[in-house]
Amino acid sequence: MSTTTIPEKPAAEAPSVGGNLRGYIERVRGGDMGALPAVFGLIVLCTAFSILRPVFLSSINFANLFTQGAAITVIAMGLVFVLLLGEIDLSAGFTSGVCAAVLAVTLTNHGQPWYIAVAAAILAGVVIGTLLGSLVAKVGIPSFVVTLAAFLAFQGLLLVLVNEGTNIAIRDQTIIAIENKNLPPALGWGLYIVSVAVYAVVQIVRARRRAGRGLTVDPVTVIAFRVGVIALLGGFAVYALNLERSRNALLVSLKGVPIVVPIVLVLLVFWTFVLRRTAFGRHIYAVGGNAEASRRAGIRVDRIRISAFVICSGMASIGGIIAASQASSVDPNTGGSDVLLFAVGAAVIGGTSLFGGKGRMLDALLGGAVVAVINNGMGLMGYSASVKYIVTGSVLLLAAGVDALSRKRAAASGLR
Amino acid sequence: MPSQPVLEIRGLDKSFGPVQVLHDVAFTAYTGEVTALVGDNGAGKSTLVKCLGGTYSIDAGEYFFDGKPVQVASPREAADLGIEIVYQDLALCDNLDIVQNMFLGREKKSGLVLDEATMEEMAAKTLDSLSVRTVKSIRQLVSSLSGGQRQTVAIAKAVLWNSKVVILDEPTAALGVAQTAQVLELVRRLADNGLGVILISHNMNDVFAVSDRIAALYLGRMAAQVKTSDVTHSQVVELITSGRSGELGLQKVNGVTA
Repeated sequence: MSTTTIPEKPAAEAPSVGGNLRGYIERVRGGDMGALPAVFGLIVLCTAFSILRPVFLSSINFANLFTQGAAITVIAMGLVFVLLLGEIDLSAGFTSGVCAAVLAVTLTNHGQPWYIAVAAAILAGVVIGTLLGSLVAKVGIPSFVVTLAAFLAFQGLLLVLVNEGTNIAIRDQTIIAIENKNLPPALGWGLYIVSVAVYAVVQIVRARRRAGRGLTVDPVTVIAFRVGVIALLGGFAVYALNLERSRNALLVSLKGVPIVVPIVLVLLVFWTFVLRRTAFGRHIYAVGGNAEASRRAGIRVDRIRISAFVICSGMASIGGIIAASQASSVDPNTGGSDVLLFAVGAAVIGGTSLFGGKGRMLDALLGGAVVAVINNGMGLMGYSASVKYIVTGSVLLLAAGVDALSRKRAAASGLR
Repeated sequence: MPSQPVLEIRGLDKSFGPVQVLHDVAFTAYTGEVTALVGDNGAGKSTLVKCLGGTYSIDAGEYFFDGKPVQVASPREAADLGIEIVYQDLALCDNLDIVQNMFLGREKKSGLVLDEATMEEMAAKTLDSLSVRTVKSIRQLVSSLSGGQRQTVAIAKAVLWNSKVVILDEPTAALGVAQTAQVLELVRRLADNGLGVILISHNMNDVFAVSDRIAALYLGRMAAQVKTSDVTHSQVVELITSGRSGELGLQKVNGVTA
């Protein structure tokens, strides 16, 4: 028996900057584009809008992008879990609406403090997620149908909660602050410095530990590059958000990082940690990649499915709270109309596959940024809602097309 | 030759409703040997393997592991004894890398966090012990591996857990010539490393290339279990197709008992 036809390679190729770069280029050419389309789209859109409407680059508009995109981004983060399993949650938008209504009713009608209201809203999301997940995993109804039914039913539930169409105002200052107040500039810089430092330390400590055990380590330049990019982007964002954006600074000062930004970042870091560093996260990917193999490996596939729906609806409830804060009220349209499609669009545009098994938390953030930029930029251009819908729909289709084509390409190049 | 079989089955019966699939089957596998399980389609190979692996319960018969009588009621119990089955579809997740697949469902953790470093070390050690040198990096996604490499990963996954018996279901069925040779070499190495290997195969060349013993099933009965060196190619084919070959095999194939 001879193995000469297959060249023998050393067990581990020493990693190098060039090697990392080559590996990345190979992956992209093989069809694994990752976040590339979203980043590329973001650059193109921002360039186009800032040329056509210079006000797009103003500090006030920059801050608007964050507050406008926050709710959708958070819902999209939850959707990533469901999409990773190859399922879909069409009801996430109205789930966020129902939870926002629960928040509003608890706050305004029952006069409870904000933390009770927030807990009630999130609990409502968890209950909804458990219900949807059980129907999908235990009863075996396709998630498309379950959540389509829920989409309609929750619309009705929302109407019931807001008394067939009234508008419930939110006056609680803590809830309103989420979207409408900013961190003091100094605190913004402080948080920035701490975050970048922690990120750098985590990266270095991990590399040291691995090197100590003789395992392959990313080269120092790659680690420095990652930390550098985060520091640069974060530093730019904090600087821009700390600029005075009030029209009349003497009357009222408006500057600092909107409070919702650190909230979204904490959610991003937390769920990224869960997906990448815990067994639960590993099992989510495994079930999305090959449910039968996961079952044989002893993973409780049903539980994973249900928990993904719980996380999705729970995140939708947080998205609903943010939306309620943004509008300072809840009405029958909260979480309705385009919210769900924008959220699914955000996840898919960011690079999460609709076929399951592929996607990251960061995708939701990048995709959410693209959706926010389109919405905001088209608004500045003076286009009506009709054009915005058509453009966003086309972008979603484009993203799904890129996803499907890259799968085809991956299959052709033997990568999948 | 080892005196005591690591795995032994006596008088195994298995029915699905009114259909009896296995009749009074006896089967043994020895440590350090490759036992080939051959038989035509529908002879009961897969059923026998699933009985061994705990997927199917057995209707009657005795099951000995390491000389001790055991009950294997679930795949988990079989795994606890040290029996691992590599199914034909390999059960790998394409979107995970080699290490992640090898530890799927049994991840090493330190506290809440996955202990990637330990898993990587153990995976590398296992692949080394099998002299696997065909994968570039153990952090490669399984989707980027060839058929033979996937088979290798699936086998490595099975031996990672200090298993004693590894059952391979048609490991070379979908492979080309070079990769078949590689996988067969790996199968041989498993036995040489002290495992009991049960190899299901339709390919007589493969069977004669690596096996020490051949067990031939015919219509749900064990036609014969012989040493590979004692039989010829055509005798085995006869055992598979008619249940007997001269003195060997079932003497009254269509009768009530063998």
